[in-house]
Amino acid sequence: MKLGVLFSGGKDSTLALHIAAEKEEIVCLITIISKNKESYMFHTPNIDITTLQAQALGLPLVKKVTEGKKEEELKELKDAIAEAIQTYKIDGVVTGAVESVYQSTRIQKICDELGILCVNPLWKKNQKALMDELVAKNFKVIISGIFAYPLTESWLGKKINPNLIDKLVHLSKEYGISISGEGGEIETTVLDAPMFKQRIDILDYTVQAKGNSGVFIINKARLVAK
Amino acid sequence: MILIVDMNWKRDSLGYSEFVSPIVSVIQPLEECEVRHFSDIEPAKLDGYSKIILSGTALRDHTTLKQVDKFGWVRDFDKPMLGICAGIQTIGLVFGEPLNPCRQIGMTEITTLRENPLFQGTFKAYTLHNYSVEPSQNFEALAKSTQCTQALKHKQKDIYGVLFHPEVRNPEIIGHFVELKP
Repeated sequence: MKLGVLFSGGKDSTLALHIAAEKEEIVCLITIISKNKESYMFHTPNIDITTLQAQALGLPLVKKVTEGKKEEELKELKDAIAEAIQTYKIDGVVTGAVESVYQSTRIQKICDELGILCVNPLWKKNQKALMDELVAKNFKVIISGIFAYPLTESWLGKKINPNLIDKLVHLSKEYGISISGEGGEIETTVLDAPMFKQRIDILDYTVQAKGNSGVFIINKARLVAK
Repeated sequence: MILIVDMNWKRDSLGYSEFVSPIVSVIQPLEECEVRHFSDIEPAKLDGYSKIILSGTALRDHTTLKQVDKFGWVRDFDKPMLGICAGIQTIGLVFGEPLNPCRQIGMTEITTLRENPLFQGTFKAYTLHNYSVEPSQNFEALAKSTQCTQALKHKQKDIYGVLFHPEVRNPEIIGHFVELKP
């Protein structure tokens, strides 16, 4: 079975890609670049880095830009998936959806309309287990967005490691934030993963933060040998 | 020991983590369970289980609906059984209940029609189906959405079915099934 991965460059879609690749053939990545920073559907910080990540993975990237208007952005997603069906003959799409019925409902409808399978290998996965799996599989993931109290600028650019996961577990108990950022509390960017043939090296970045909201923007990066 | 039947298109498929693991996660804290793919079911060994749950599948995975002959054991199992989505669609076909086209994807309002031990009142649940089972001879409807029957029960046996996916937003329904006395 040939599958395309809805790929944002964050931890969930990259982990879903790795799990799916253990069982089926991954033939392309599909990325939606939303101009709306508060898109309900699409991960936004550092979405441009998906081009480098696709090169690191050795996979072609189907990329579409959307203005990010609620619901209208789904048309671009449908067009991108249709292009992947046409070009790469995919039988289905893999998503990194964990808990969001908002996202999964919309993607399921599009896949059904296009006559292909939609698979969600992380669906309902325990969030602490998901974070632990990233560390166990040697993913290098940084926090590239914070959007909830009590997260502050100091979290931006930090690598996900056991110590950071412990802190998130504590904040989850204390303030009710999701350990894996499932409620949009954090966004992440993957710099290296087992299937990456090269890793991403950040050459220049900017931190923009105000209160409990901020982003770590990668201005310049390159691929280097692992 | 509860048996969960993996109804996905093949053994160890990508559908396992989406449609089987979430059921296992709900049951494990309550009772021991084990999973078998539908192609690995040995009818002679089913007596060892207290209950059986047949999982759902991906929206376009209708594999079991085309292999109903592999589910003759559903008629013979005398203890409580719960079919979820493709699970109840397959059970329905075994008992000769018709499938009707009914596409629903996403959170859907469910209205209880008949008192039962699994749920009550009106509630929202996650749906992901292209067909419904419409009770005609052996089953009766327990709940409906605005479009089709959403839950049903065999008239004589402890066989329940829900078209929606309780493991997503209504895990207590699976909990109530686990608590059922044979």
